[in-house]
Amino acid sequence: MAGLLILIPFAGAILCFVFPENIKRYTGLVCAALTFAASAVLFGDIYRNGPVRLDLGGWTSPLGIGLCVDGLSVLFILLTGIVGLLISIYSVSFFSQKSNQSMAGHFWPIWLFLWGSLNSLFFVSDIFNAYVVMELVSISAAALAALSGTSISLTAALRYFLMAMAASMAFLLGVGFIYAQTGLLDMYMIGSAADKGFLMAMALGLMTVGLIIKTALFPFHFWLPPAHGEAPAPVSAILSALVIKGSFYLLVRIWFTVFQGSAVCSQAASLIGILGLIAVIWGSYQAIVQNRLKQIVAYSSIGQIGYLFLLFPLVMTAHDPTWKVQAWTACVFQAFSHGLAKAALFLAAGSLIQASGTDNLRSMRNIADRLPMTTFTLALAGVSLMGLPPSGGFVAKWMLLQSILASGQWWLAAAPILGGLLTAAYIFRILSQTFVSDDQKFCFGNVSFIMEKSALLLALFSILIGFRANEVIFLLSERVCFSITGGLMP
Amino acid sequence: MNLNFWLPILMLSSSFFTGLIIFFLKEESSRFRTTLNLFGAVFKVVAVHYMAYRLLVLDHVHQVSFTMGLGFDFVLRVDFLSLMFLALSSNLWLVTTLYAVGYLEGSPNRSRFFGFFSLCVTACTGIALAGNLITFFIFYEFLTLVTYPLVVHRETKVALDAGRTYLWYTILGGTLLFLGVVWLQVIAGPLDFIDTGALENLGPDHHFFLGVIFFILIMGLGVKAALVPLHGWLPVAMAAPAPVSALLHAVAVVKAGAFGIVRVVFDVFGRDFAGLLGLLGPLAVAASITIIYGSLRALSQTDLKKRLAYSTVSQISYITLGAAVIASFSTVGAIVHLVHQGIMKITLFFCAGNFAETLGLHNIRDLKGVARRMPVTAAMFTLAAFGMIGIPPMAGFISKWYLGIGALDGGSAWVLAILVASSLLNAAYFLPVIHCMWLERPAGEFKTIRPSRFEAPWTLLVPPMFTAGAALSAGLFADWNWSPLGLARQIAFGMGVYP
Repeated sequence: MAGLLILIPFAGAILCFVFPENIKRYTGLVCAALTFAASAVLFGDIYRNGPVRLDLGGWTSPLGIGLCVDGLSVLFILLTGIVGLLISIYSVSFFSQKSNQSMAGHFWPIWLFLWGSLNSLFFVSDIFNAYVVMELVSISAAALAALSGTSISLTAALRYFLMAMAASMAFLLGVGFIYAQTGLLDMYMIGSAADKGFLMAMALGLMTVGLIIKTALFPFHFWLPPAHGEAPAPVSAILSALVIKGSFYLLVRIWFTVFQGSAVCSQAASLIGILGLIAVIWGSYQAIVQNRLKQIVAYSSIGQIGYLFLLFPLVMTAHDPTWKVQAWTACVFQAFSHGLAKAALFLAAGSLIQASGTDNLRSMRNIADRLPMTTFTLALAGVSLMGLPPSGGFVAKWMLLQSILASGQWWLAAAPILGGLLTAAYIFRILSQTFVSDDQKFCFGNVSFIMEKSALLLALFSILIGFRANEVIFLLSERVCFSITGGLMP
Repeated sequence: MNLNFWLPILMLSSSFFTGLIIFFLKEESSRFRTTLNLFGAVFKVVAVHYMAYRLLVLDHVHQVSFTMGLGFDFVLRVDFLSLMFLALSSNLWLVTTLYAVGYLEGSPNRSRFFGFFSLCVTACTGIALAGNLITFFIFYEFLTLVTYPLVVHRETKVALDAGRTYLWYTILGGTLLFLGVVWLQVIAGPLDFIDTGALENLGPDHHFFLGVIFFILIMGLGVKAALVPLHGWLPVAMAAPAPVSALLHAVAVVKAGAFGIVRVVFDVFGRDFAGLLGLLGPLAVAASITIIYGSLRALSQTDLKKRLAYSTVSQISYITLGAAVIASFSTVGAIVHLVHQGIMKITLFFCAGNFAETLGLHNIRDLKGVARRMPVTAAMFTLAAFGMIGIPPMAGFISKWYLGIGALDGGSAWVLAILVASSLLNAAYFLPVIHCMWLERPAGEFKTIRPSRFEAPWTLLVPPMFTAGAALSAGLFADWNWSPLGLARQIAFGMGVYP
């Protein structure tokens, strides 16, 4: 099943590349549906039977490409599956509009290629292959960002690409250090073989910096708003909801699987936590002062991503395993609810642009009558981002705050508290516009039913996952290949 | 899976799904919308009364609970206190719906209004049913979200500014409450309201932090309960349509805050334990300041709705004050005032809305002689205002009587002075209005904005008559076992506090 998850999107990408325009999108949609189905089956399988390791082509570890699927990977796979499928459905309709038709030819192959690379990234079990698939992700993501071909988006995409390249180099250097020191590349073997020398610390530092740049943690966030804000709506959704989660996932793997949360890094973990805290506040503040919906949503990503990085100080310093599990759950929930809600917001913004030709906040007046579904989507996704109950974002913030208070690092509590307030400020800045009826009428076009519905579904999911914390906790505490509470596995 | 499980769920869904369906109705289909609304409201009233019968007579425990992981429990549980709040909110929802149908006839965006209106009642029901602080918090935040569209309903600049103020206050309050609830949970685990006393067993090292948490929780709840200086949103939110103000002041937002304070004092900390930690003295002082300040500000208002708003600030703090005095009689007073204040205040707002809607009168000076034109409305207003002042046999007298006895019983005689002062002030700002309505000559002909067969459309007349009647009978039949007072006495004196 894990093989299929890589095979289907890659094969689909090739098919979409060679097929003529008119059947391209249906090929893409079928592949998306199949990939989603495979993700769901794999999720069920891992949930019931535990982690799986397999070697591609029968070649074992040092030579072949090893894949490992555990509870953490399968959660991200599922997120990618759900978001990917709904974005694909949206895109079928979005790219058949006249103004976007020219992009469709490039969108489908690159998007499927990106999806396949992301899936591989979540499966990968050695650090060199991790570098390779991360490159694939970055290249296809940068290509998507340049899709609309306007000069602004080309500049943004190029900047994104250069940053990603620099980050990859740092990561590769780290891989080299580790290989030189231990002669190993397998994630699960390095941990036991490594001595905690200077070189290993350097390696960890380099890899961390590389991945932090790709995840757009403050102060390396500057490439994100133009790249995400200028792309077409489905692309923004893909980049914001999925691609940055990929590099974050790898960072978590490196820290907790390869280096197994060794105590050497506790100051570094605190530093990352503080950067995360600053990101939450700075990103949310920047979102408040923007005037265009897509820019608000893009800056909000920087803030929301910041929450994820609180995982490191929380897991490193907590003593009680319960609170570590809590921190992990909070992090995964945040990743999930942000992915779903952010995709919903970007897609809704796309519908709005479709209808009124602009995403200026003023264009949102009167939309409650014209686009009730889109308004509803904005509201639901906003609730999840603000972390109000009963959404997934609420569960995330709740567990985050609990684990912060329990670990005694009270200064980190500013993140969920202040971050929540600032988020409320920009979300209500958007929503309050929808309650105004304005004389100044924008010419409203029609938005296809499918586009509105798929965005609404994403927003609904971001609320509904709030009720399913138990499964996530189970997957994280019983179905992972490494000890999430730190230290070596027995 | 039986009625003990399904009744609370039904109670929530009767208004929740009504609200959801209404959102998707066309603006013109007002008859279907009204039918659906009234059906949901009547259904809820019937369900609440049936549940009351099962709880009080048959002694069934209604509970719904499931865990969401790591001590994150969602619990709905019906005790006497929830029952009182439920009965209040469901009955008042019914009359307010009727009133709103008449009030908003022909105005735009009614589907949006009634949709959020139903969701608002769902939130109140959830607050009443919540069996622990987490569940309470969930519905408390939900209430903030769904009342915002009601406050800005008119879409004017004033309304939008009011909405922004309202949001800032309530979201800040919500965040504080969030912090408090999570912190308490980290220290003590998920505290169901039935586990009162669990905090006492934590030992003295925690006492300082428990005090801090209590302070944070009260701050968080105090925003909605309009404790001075957190009351700023309330007079501003008067920009909302009259039925919204009525509901906000009587059952929804303000009452949710007061109800939360009652829950925290009685069911989370326990009154005696909170007193032991020395937390109730400051709370009583804050409540007293609010009572006097609210009344003083009410004196100087010339707009009728504004005056009523400041009166709410003052009256709602009787509940907090009663909760903060360590005496069972005060507890009775606090709990019974939850209901009494609701029915009296909603009557006043209905009447104010009638004056504004049928004659266009907002200012108190314009009300001169209005009783000749609208005798029924004026009479209802007078009844409710007498209740607020505390004249027997109205419901308000009962509350004040118990609060007063409790103050003497609990050894805080100064509270009695506050009560007397406040009653005098109440009289000082209500009696001139009544005098103006009944005894002064009209300045000229009243301009009728909405002509109708009676003095006002019947949908606007029946609700205040009903609630004023309720306020009168709650006072007259206070001694009955199942009157609000009867239930409150059972809660305070421990006869089946938790069945």
